[in-house]
Amino acid sequence: MKKEFKIISDLILKNSRVLDVGCGDGELMSFLFKNITQDIRGIEISKTNVQKCISKGLTVIEGNAENDLYQFPDASFDFVILGQTLQAFLSPEKVLDELLRVGKKAIVTIPNFGHWKVRLDLLFKGTMPVTASLPHHWHNTPNLHMCTIKDFFNFCDYKNIKFIKSLALNDEKLLNISKGNLSKRNLFSNIGIFLIEK
Amino acid sequence: MNKFNNIKKLIIKDQLRLDCGQTISDFPLAYETYGKLNSKKNNAILVFHALTGDQFAADINPITKKEGWWKYALGPGKAIDTEKYFVICANVLGGCMGSFGPSSINPKTGKTYGIDFPVITINDIVNAQYFLIKHFEIEKLFCVTGGSMGGMQALQFVANYPNLSHTAVPIACTSNHSAQNIGLNELGRQAIMADANWQNGKYEDNNLSPSKGLSVARMAAHITYLSKDALQEKFGRNLQERDDLKFSFDADFQIESYLRHQGSVFVDRFDANSYLYITRAMDYFDLNKKYDGNLSKAFEKSKTKFFIISFTSDWLYPSSENKEIVIALNSIGADVGYVEIESEKGHDSFLLDVPDFLETLRGFLNTSYERLNEKGI
Repeated sequence: MKKEFKIISDLILKNSRVLDVGCGDGELMSFLFKNITQDIRGIEISKTNVQKCISKGLTVIEGNAENDLYQFPDASFDFVILGQTLQAFLSPEKVLDELLRVGKKAIVTIPNFGHWKVRLDLLFKGTMPVTASLPHHWHNTPNLHMCTIKDFFNFCDYKNIKFIKSLALNDEKLLNISKGNLSKRNLFSNIGIFLIEK
Repeated sequence: MNKFNNIKKLIIKDQLRLDCGQTISDFPLAYETYGKLNSKKNNAILVFHALTGDQFAADINPITKKEGWWKYALGPGKAIDTEKYFVICANVLGGCMGSFGPSSINPKTGKTYGIDFPVITINDIVNAQYFLIKHFEIEKLFCVTGGSMGGMQALQFVANYPNLSHTAVPIACTSNHSAQNIGLNELGRQAIMADANWQNGKYEDNNLSPSKGLSVARMAAHITYLSKDALQEKFGRNLQERDDLKFSFDADFQIESYLRHQGSVFVDRFDANSYLYITRAMDYFDLNKKYDGNLSKAFEKSKTKFFIISFTSDWLYPSSENKEIVIALNSIGADVGYVEIESEKGHDSFLLDVPDFLETLRGFLNTSYERLNEKGI
């Protein structure tokens, strides 16, 4: 299992009510179902993935975060998870607002465009960066609104979203993010993991 | 009704108050079962049939000698595995395969009811089937499922009996019949009633059959069960056993010949008055209205785990209508999964060999069943 999934599951309280937005083939959901809570739902855009999830006994609906979260009432989940897809939406702001409407808390992870390798790619090669956590080329990337850990941090600040936990994953190392070390974390981390609330 | 002597029937002694205000009792409900009810009685699935279906969902129908309508989904080793589950399927009230319907004999007159049969609703149809569950002394079903009108019955069942089934799989259906669908049903009914042989519903007394009208109704309906792409791919503009157009009104095109055939075989197995009554029941179906315009209220008391399935090319019960049910369930935090299956085969997809559909249905049932058993239910 991905290290990221283990970190996410550590943020979720036992037997809480969880929604995994963009749950893929249900890998994280299955892990949470077995270890953390059985009260878990998913929403996923790919039909094939939804079919896989349903076959695993997971409660998943076909849909997308931008258009389909409206059907869930306010604060109907304790935790809403959005794993590495915020940058792929037409309106990340709308999605973030929806996550924090539906969920009492949200866990958002982002691939960090501010990582030094990414910066070097653009600086020296002069081409759009392609790295392990950003594997696509400019012409086939689903990412519309790439951001850095710093961008996300500042954006949440601007929207008065509170950070309960801010974590940076740098290969295998997990570190806390604070205002003081933000620039450093932004340079060396592949993924940012945030537990936030309104 | 001799031909129905050897099929399973439950005579319902209890009184059943119908939505139209009449009360019926002492009436037969014909049914079939597949598989074995286990000792815990926790493996029962109630399958609801669609408009022209019947209780013979699998195997060979002993009356028509044709294969069961859900042969791809139901049977040993199939998605609804009868080696594992006990399946009950009833011929709906108003039907013509042995259940109480317009072709039953009215004891008061000694003749068939015809249009003196009470107008029935999906609610009545479902309430009649509740007696079957009681008959088998099943405390809680594992699943209720069906496609099209069968899906409507599954929804109605959960609304009426919120905790009588662990799971529900309504397929390619709606919570309220659309204007388009009422219109299409009306077209079928008018075709039947325009046939001089219909005789105001008393055709059986006069040894007649409005087969031309019923056949036209079936032809029109059959088009709605398919999709434009499926028709185009299967028939295109191909000619029927001829090299060129005949400049006549014969069946020049294969699609014409196909529809005429569908119409003619249908009249051999289906009763025209039943067609009127059952289409009416579908038209009257409006679960939203019944719950003050709030569909969610229909399911508020239920803990049933739902799985809703629709098909991309179904324009009769499109995904948008199926999704309305999902939305209503999600808005009350119900346990609901939903997928739209990719298929070119139109509304009929649920009856056909559509592997993605069948595999997902199998997966849902089997994992849900394992979970129940793990919990010791």
